[in-house]
Parts: sequence; structure tokens; C-alpha cells
Amino acid sequence: MNIVVCVKQVPDTAVERTLRPEDGTLDRQALDGLINELDEYAIEEGLRIAEAHGGEVTILSMGPEKAAESIRKALSMGADKAVHLTDGALAGSDALATSYALARVLTTIGFDLVVCGSESTDARTGVLPAMLAERLGVPQLTLASKVDIEGTSVTIRRVSDDGYEVVTAQLPAVVSVVEKINEPRYPSFKGIMAAKKKPVQTMSLADAGIDPAQVGLAGSWTAVADFAARPPREAGVIVKDDGDGGAKVAAFLAGRKFI
Amino acid sequence: MAEVLVLAEHSGGEVRKVTCELLTAARRLGEPAVVWAGPGAEEGRARLAEFGAARVYVAGDAAFGDFVVAPKAELLAQLVGDKSPAAVLIAGTLEGKEVAGRLAVKTGSGVLTDAVDVQAGEDGTPVADQPNFGGSIAVRSRVVKGTPIIAVRPNAISASAQPGPAEIVPVTVTLSEAAKAAKITEHVVAEKGERPDLAEASIVVSGGRGTGSADGFTIIESLADALGAAVGASRAVTDAGWYPHQFQVGQTGKTVSPQLYLAAGISGAIQHRAGMQTSKTIVAINKDPEAPIFEIADLGVVGDLFTVIPQLLDEIAKHKQL
Ligand SMILES: Cc1cc2nc3c(=O)[nH]c(=O)nc-3n(C[C@H](O)[C@H](O)[C@H](O)COP(=O)(O)OP(=O)(O)OC[C@H]3O[C@@H](n4cnc5c(N)ncnc54)[C@H](O)[C@@H]3O)c2cc1C
Ligand SMILES: Nc1ncnc2c1ncn2[C@@H]1O[C@H](COP(=O)(O)O)[C@@H](O)[C@H]1O
Repeated sequence: MNIVVCVKQVPDTAVERTLRPEDGTLDRQALDGLINELDEYAIEEGLRIAEAHGGEVTILSMGPEKAAESIRKALSMGADKAVHLTDGALAGSDALATSYALARVLTTIGFDLVVCGSESTDARTGVLPAMLAERLGVPQLTLASKVDIEGTSVTIRRVSDDGYEVVTAQLPAVVSVVEKINEPRYPSFKGIMAAKKKPVQTMSLADAGIDPAQVGLAGSWTAVADFAARPPREAGVIVKDDGDGGAKVAAFLAGRKFI
Repeated sequence: MAEVLVLAEHSGGEVRKVTCELLTAARRLGEPAVVWAGPGAEEGRARLAEFGAARVYVAGDAAFGDFVVAPKAELLAQLVGDKSPAAVLIAGTLEGKEVAGRLAVKTGSGVLTDAVDVQAGEDGTPVADQPNFGGSIAVRSRVVKGTPIIAVRPNAISASAQPGPAEIVPVTVTLSEAAKAAKITEHVVAEKGERPDLAEASIVVSGGRGTGSADGFTIIESLADALGAAVGASRAVTDAGWYPHQFQVGQTGKTVSPQLYLAAGISGAIQHRAGMQTSKTIVAINKDPEAPIFEIADLGVVGDLFTVIPQLLDEIAKHKQL
């Protein structure tokens, strides 16, 4: 089975992030990048499926040169090879533009199963996997907390807003996973060494047949009108419980008409 | 005046509160028209009329519940083609965002997710406010190609009533085979009980690892009930199986913005804060004075939740007797 895992490099959530004043985009090359943490679950699931059913795991990432670090990390977890879509013209792409570019690459390289994280920690749109399914014309098996494959049929447990659903479809398909699905492995020393020799194919727009007019900041379907740092929350009152902590909370709540 | 389509969120004919919020926003942009997928529109109609729906496009075909997301996107795409609306507003729930994404691809339109407010810009087209990076930056965005598709976070816009005719207009949609590719074979709805819905509640009481066990967590439920609140939990709690997953608040759980968020025994990890830091008022109870939750709390009590909450419950009971 040909499994492709979509991995995004994102800025470290623990570090303060801001947008460039000129165009309201994120300076991805300048920030310390990590694998979007939800994508680690996608990598793990891809590896487990390949281990159980045979096949190869390819990492697909669209991002600046720097994203190569995250690709190596994914390879050191055990993926077989990678495709890095990188081209200056892609900077500032919105969700729709990104889904177009990734779908072009997926069509070019071929796949039986695409595995994504359910959300990226920077954009937090959570729409990309659904967009990929729509663009590729394959079933959408998103928000999976469990994936079972039997022959060519895939069954997932889909997390819903009020419980879960059991969903079945035929391969090829797009799956996205939630963090409940597994426990991602750490790269082993052997894995780290092996990753250095694994093939990473760099693709440009032309290689994937991507129309430059439909990607990047200029080609995107949405634009930032303006942005501003939010005033930080006003510092609150911190009190120590000296036997009256509950009463203090009650007085606070009563003062604000919550009780 | 151009129509603004609002995809109704409903179950068993009951209109969800977020739909009233979307109608309120839609009235600022044009003439609100509801799109109703599935049965129950007749029952829901009165509520839609109360919030200003001019008409309700009803595709009563029950098959919407049998397949993942794609059929709703197909229905909306057909209406976007027929009606050329000024915008489409969809609830920013897990599923709503996915519907919005597929609709954007189908119609070649830009999509904005996680909007907390929508207003008409100078040229009349919608401008959406989106909190970024956990709320530290407020971004105002617009759609520049196609029909603006906006997924609006539940509980962010306050619904205000304004009567409308809510005329029912049946529509037929023939679902493509592709839309039926992912078949739902089982729906499992978790017991919600009498409590308000987490995403819609005006008060949320959440518990974390500090509650110690499933048994210990029941104190969170007691406090929630005393305040008429919804119950939330940190990932530590849902991972341990002390409380069901759909009550998880945070990056990979629900995003909530209630009037009051009360966190007990929660450290306030960045992934938890991502789901609650736009709450209007935050109260935290934690033993550890260094817990990061205190950085965003309006009132923080450094103490043991098992002594603070019982006293709080007594005080609430006293207030109720007044
Ligand atoms: C990909 C990913 C996604 C994640 N998504 C989420 C998410 O959606 N939501 C989420 O919540 N987390 C999420 N997390 C996990 C997050 O990083 C934290 O691990 C989690 O929020 C910790 O939960 P907690 O605060 O309950 O536990 P802890 O961090 O262990 O904190 C427990 C707190 O309780 C206090 N305490 C202990 N006993 C008492 C007592 N008797 N009285 C008062 N206080 C007490 C302690 O001082 C401590 O501060 C995610 C992590 C990852 C990697
Ligand atoms: N630039 C990218 N390269 C590869 N995969 C991506 C990229 N952006 C998003 N994804 C995938 O899409 C998922 C959802 O992202 P998002 O819709 O941005 O929240 C992520 O978890 C990734 O699996």
C-alpha cells in the first residue's frame, strides 16, 4: 500500500508568534520550526498501517527550505521517503491554495491512502483534509480516533461534536487523525542515522504542474485586511486559600451576577 | 438585497443556538436565508422566523445523515450556483468547518474559519475577525475570490431576535455518487444529560488531573449543576478515561468562549488555553501558585479544590436561599 502522510512544519507554539506588518503573513523561514504535533500522530498511524498491511510511507510537506528539518524528523520515526514541495511562489498560500498545491502533488506521485493530522497548530483551520478529499474525488474519512483496514475497505471511528460515528469507505481515501488515536514513537538512534540516507525529492511548482497564479499570497482566495496585537488580559487577582477560598470565589461570582 | 445563506445546525427539528447567532450576523450582510438539510424544518421554522430568516431552503432528504460531510457541501454548492448569495455562514464546529472547506473547493471561493465576528466592510462585503495564535493577535480577514464562506465559532456573536417570514422553499438535490463515498454505519451520541451544551453554555466548569480520579471528578459535575453550567475537562482527564472525550476543552477538543470559565485542578498548558482563553471571565483553582492558568485568570485561588469547591457549593446554596 502506498501511504502518504501530510506533515506541516509550524512555529513552536511555546514561542511568541506574530505576523509581518507588510502583508499579514507568518515569516516561516525565520521561526524555529517543529512538526505540527498532530501530524506526529498521522505519521505514527501511517507507520502502523504499513507495518500491519505492508507498503511504503511517504512524507509530503509543503513549506520553505527549512521544512527539510521536520521532514528528516519524520523519516527518522520510520517513514521510507519524502517529497518536499518548496517554491518561493508558495509563500502566503491560504487553505484553499495549499489544498490545490498538495492535491496536485498527490495526483503526480500517486497514493492509496493519505493520512493527515486533524489540524495545524498555527493555521488551526482543520479544513485541509476535507478539501483534499474533495479535490482528489476520494472518500473523506476525517477526525479518526481509530482506523481499521481490511483489504480495500477502511473503517474509522469519527469523532463528532456529540459522540462518534462509524464510517466505512473504499481505498483510495483521505484520513485525518485526532490525538486520541495512538502514542507517537520517538525516533531511535538507528532511525536518526538511517533517515540521513533516505530519499527526499524536492518538487517545484513546475514539477507538480501547479499553476503559479493559484498559489501564494497573490493567488490566495482570502486576505488579511488588518491585524493588531490584542491587549493582554488585565492581570487578575490571585489569592491564597486561608480557609475562605470558596467564599472568595462566591463573592467574586456574586459581584459579577453569576450567582 | 442579496441573500446570505446560513446552514442550519439542528437535531430532531430543534434549532441550535449557533444558528440564531449566524442569522444575527447574516442580517448585517444581506437578506438571511436558511439552508436546512434533512427532516424537521417545519418544527424548526418558528425559531428561524424569530431571528429574521426570510426563507428556508429545505432539502428534506434524510440521506444527509448517512454520509460524511460531502452531501451538505453539494447542497450548498447548488444553492450558491442558483442564488449567487453575498456570503455563506456555517457554524464553526468540527463538521461545519469541513463542510465549509469542501464548499470552498466546489465553488472556487475563499473560506475563513474560526471567525468570532462578522461585519459588512466599507464596500459591503464581509470582514471576519479571527483570533490567531491562541487569541494573542486579532486578525480581520476577507475573501477576495468567489463567494465568501465563513465558519463562525459558536457562542461568539450574541443572537438578537428580529422577526422574519421564514417562508419554506423546498429544494431538490440529487446527490452524486462521490458524495456518498464515505458511509456512516453507526451514530453514537454520548449522554449529555440535562446540562447545557459545552460549546453553547454561558458558564463552563472544567476539571483537570487535580481531581485525581473519575470519582473525584464528580465534584466538577456538582459545581457545574449548582451554577447551571456545562462540564468541561482537560486532556489529562479524558485520556485517563475519567470523563468522555467530547467534553475535552482545548486545541484538540472543543473551543469555548463562555461568559465564565472556571478551571479546577488544571495547570493551563498551552493546548488547553487554546480552547478557552477567549472566555470573558476566567476563574482558576489550583494548588500550585506557579500554574500557568493563573496568568490568564481574573480570579485565581491557590488552594486544594477539594476544600475550596465544597465551601463554594455551600455559599452558592446560601445565595439561592436569599
Ligand atoms: C497534540 C496535543 C494536543 C493536546 N490537546 C489538548 C486539549 O485539547 N486539551 C487539553 O486540555 N490538553 C491538551 N493537550 C495536553 C496538554 O499539553 C496538557 O498535558 C494537559 O492539558 C494537562 O491537563 P491538566 O492540566 O489536567 O493536568 P496537569 O498539567 O497534570 O495539571 C494538573 C494541575 O492540577 C493541580 N492540582 C493537583 N491536585 C490539586 C488539588 N487537589 N487541588 C487543586 N489543584 C490541584 C496541579 O497543581 C496541576 O497544576 C494536548 C497535548 C498535545 C501534545
Ligand atoms: N503545508 C502543508 N504541508 C503538508 N501538509 C499540510 C500542510 N498544511 C496542512 N497540512 C496537513 O493538513 C492538516 C490540517 O491542517 P489545517 O487545515 O491547516 O489545520 C495538517 O495536520 C497536515 O496534515
